[in-house]
Order: sequence, then structure tokens, then C-alpha cells
Amino acid sequence: MKRSPTFEAAKLVFVRDLTLAWRRWDEVAQPLIFYVVVTTMFPLATTPDMSQLREIGGGVVWVAALLASLLALESLLRADVDDGTMEQWVLSGQPLGWLLLAKVAAHWVLTGLPLVIMSPIVGTGLGLPTEAWGVLMLSLLLGTGTLSMIGGIGAGLTVGVRRGSVLLSLLVLPLVMPLLIFGSRAVQMQMDGDSPAGPLQLLAAIFFMALSLGPVAMSAAVRIGVES
Amino acid sequence: MAFDGALFEARGINAWRGDRHILRDVSFSVRKGEFLKITGPNGVGKTTLLRVICGLLPAETGDIYWRGKSVRSHRDEFNLELGYLGHLNSLKADLTARENLKFLAGLRQSLTARDIDATLDRVGILSRGDLPARSLSAGQKRRLSLARLLLADAALWILDEPVTNLDTAGIELVESLIVDHVGRGGLAIAAAHQRLLDDAPCLRRLELEP
Repeated sequence: MKRSPTFEAAKLVFVRDLTLAWRRWDEVAQPLIFYVVVTTMFPLATTPDMSQLREIGGGVVWVAALLASLLALESLLRADVDDGTMEQWVLSGQPLGWLLLAKVAAHWVLTGLPLVIMSPIVGTGLGLPTEAWGVLMLSLLLGTGTLSMIGGIGAGLTVGVRRGSVLLSLLVLPLVMPLLIFGSRAVQMQMDGDSPAGPLQLLAAIFFMALSLGPVAMSAAVRIGVES
Repeated sequence: MAFDGALFEARGINAWRGDRHILRDVSFSVRKGEFLKITGPNGVGKTTLLRVICGLLPAETGDIYWRGKSVRSHRDEFNLELGYLGHLNSLKADLTARENLKFLAGLRQSLTARDIDATLDRVGILSRGDLPARSLSAGQKRRLSLARLLLADAALWILDEPVTNLDTAGIELVESLIVDHVGRGGLAIAAAHQRLLDDAPCLRRLELEP
């Protein structure tokens, strides 16, 4: 036998999480259902007038996506810490940051990517024109990716706390407000005929910052989390 | 020998849980070919000591040396040679026994299907290999955790109550695994209440007092 290379180990983590999700698809589907239900209810509660809906459409899709992602965060690390898997990861001799990055990537594929793919459909229901689809999807792609990473840090910090879900929301929501502001602004600018490049570039910058620093912060948080 | 020059030392470990001073100045060393059994009443700090050794809990003071080097500055080297069997089994209920080994032991070692089958056979649950872990009995889950420990191919075994939930044959299995391991030049440290290798020549004891 020989030592597993780090890349192989990270791949195992990724494949494992997708396998587990496949066997418990009902839990994975929950955020997506929430997302679709919330955006569908908006026209029912406010107005069926498309021109009025269009004004708020981008913002509604973004808020719903943000809350749906937040809903999924609570379960990100809980099970692995409770059953002792995380202890074994910490002691595996592999860089914990890479394993956690693979875990966050799997989490994003399961919870973030479906929101991005569904967004044109729910957007159409809110009167978003087809010209805005591209920007909506791109902004959500960057936004949900960042949210998974920042949320991972929050989940790591709260995993040692009993009933940490309230704390998790309080911790993560203020940090992701810029995503909401830039994301919905980009969609709005596109619909108004302006170039959305500015907010999109800011979203991309936040994404790459989260991607590069996130795993380090998350592994530090998880190490504290398994101490309890 | 597989694990040349392996030597473990703990010097002056002090640890607190909350406001209780649990470990007071614990020092000991384990050489290759030795099995250290930590005994003492419930709540005396056996698990705390084992977690401090692994680095899962910080010690207030004290140092741990592996192969003569401080673990504090060589954490990754130490982890590569460390196999930890906690009182949690670290199993995923929705994965089969084989998958559990592939996804967890595979983080440390590149495993082939044959490695996994041979190890499952060794711990006596080969016929359960494709059942989800949730349908295994408590003892079989423990055996599966032992299989994970074996696949880690580590020099130092840290075992927290390894024979919990095991039947007589299972206890004999754990004893033979430990004897084999120290026979190959490995080290083992276990916390145990029950009889475990009480008459073996490789045994040393550490009694923790409240």
C-alpha cells in the first residue's frame, strides 16, 4: 500500500458526498423546493402585473437563492462531526483545507448549482426578460459559490455549539450582504440597458477571495469544532 | 521491521475540561513492541488523555514526542503514523461496509478492492461487505472500525475502549490484532475497563488516579 495523494483524497471526499446525497435525495432537494416555492408565491401575494413584477424580480430571485443556500448550510458539517468522521479527517495526515474545499465543492454542486440552473425558469415567472438570464445566472454562479465557502467557515465555527443554526445565520448573513447587493444590482443594470460589468467583477473578486482564504479559515474553525 | 525506531513519549501533560483539572502531570513513554493499557475509573480522564495524544484536544502544559521530535512542530508526520479508534465509529450509515472503508481509509492509503476484502475477512465481516452500515450490529460496526484502523497501516495505535460491544470472539480478535501489531514493531495505547491482554508480555500499565 502507498500513501494517497492529496488530490485523490479530495476526490474521494467529493465522490463520497455525492454518493451520500444520492441516497438521501429528499434532504438535498429541500433548498431547491424552498427556492421554487418562495419565488412562485411572490406574484400570488403581490401582483400578477408583469411590468411591476419585473422591477423587483431580480431582487426576489436573489433573496430566495440566498435563503435557500443558508437553509442547506446547517447540515454541511453536522453529520460528519457527530459520527466522528471529521476526527479521522483531521488525523488523516492530509491537508484538512483541501478535504474541506472538496466537501464545499460537493455541497455547492448539490445545493448551489441547482439554484443557478433553475433561475431562468423562476425568473421568467417574475417577468425577467430573456436578456437578463445570462447575467442572472452568472451572478448567481459566483454568488452561490461564495456563499458555500463563507457558509462553510460559519458552519465550522458553529458545529461545536448545540443548536448552532440561529448563530450560523447571524454569523453568515451580514457577510453575504455584499453578494445580495451586487448580484441584484447586476441584474437590474442589465435590464435597464446598462453594462453590468462593475458589480459582476466585484462578485468575482469576492468569490476568488473566498476560494483562496476560505479553506484555511474553515480548517481552523473545524479543528476547534472537533475539540469539544 | 516495519516501524523502525518508533518511540512515543509524553512529558508532564496537564489538561483541563471546563474548570476541572483532569490530567495532572501525566508522563509516560511507549517503545516499539509495547502495548500500554490505560486503566482507571470512569471520568478519570482516559479519553481526554487519548485525545490530547492525538492532538484533538489541546494540553494546558506538557509535550509529546514522536521519534524524538516534538509533535507540536511535526504534526503532519505524526498524523501519518497515527491510527486512532475513538469511541465513535466514524461510519456513514448510508454507505456499505466496503464504501465506508474506501472513502475513509482511502484518504490515507491507496486501496485496492483486494486490500479491502482481505481486511474485511480478517475482522470477520467479509460476508457483510455490501450491506449498508446501518444494518450492521453494534459489534459488527466496531469490527468495521477495526478494519479501518488496520488499513491505515499506522505505527502507533490509539484505541479508546476497543472492545466495546464485541463478543468473546471479537475480544480475542482485538487481542490478536494488537499482538500482531506490536509483534511487527508497532506501538499501541489503549484505554480499557475490560480484560485485554492481561497476561501478555508486551503489556504495560498506566493507572490514572482521580
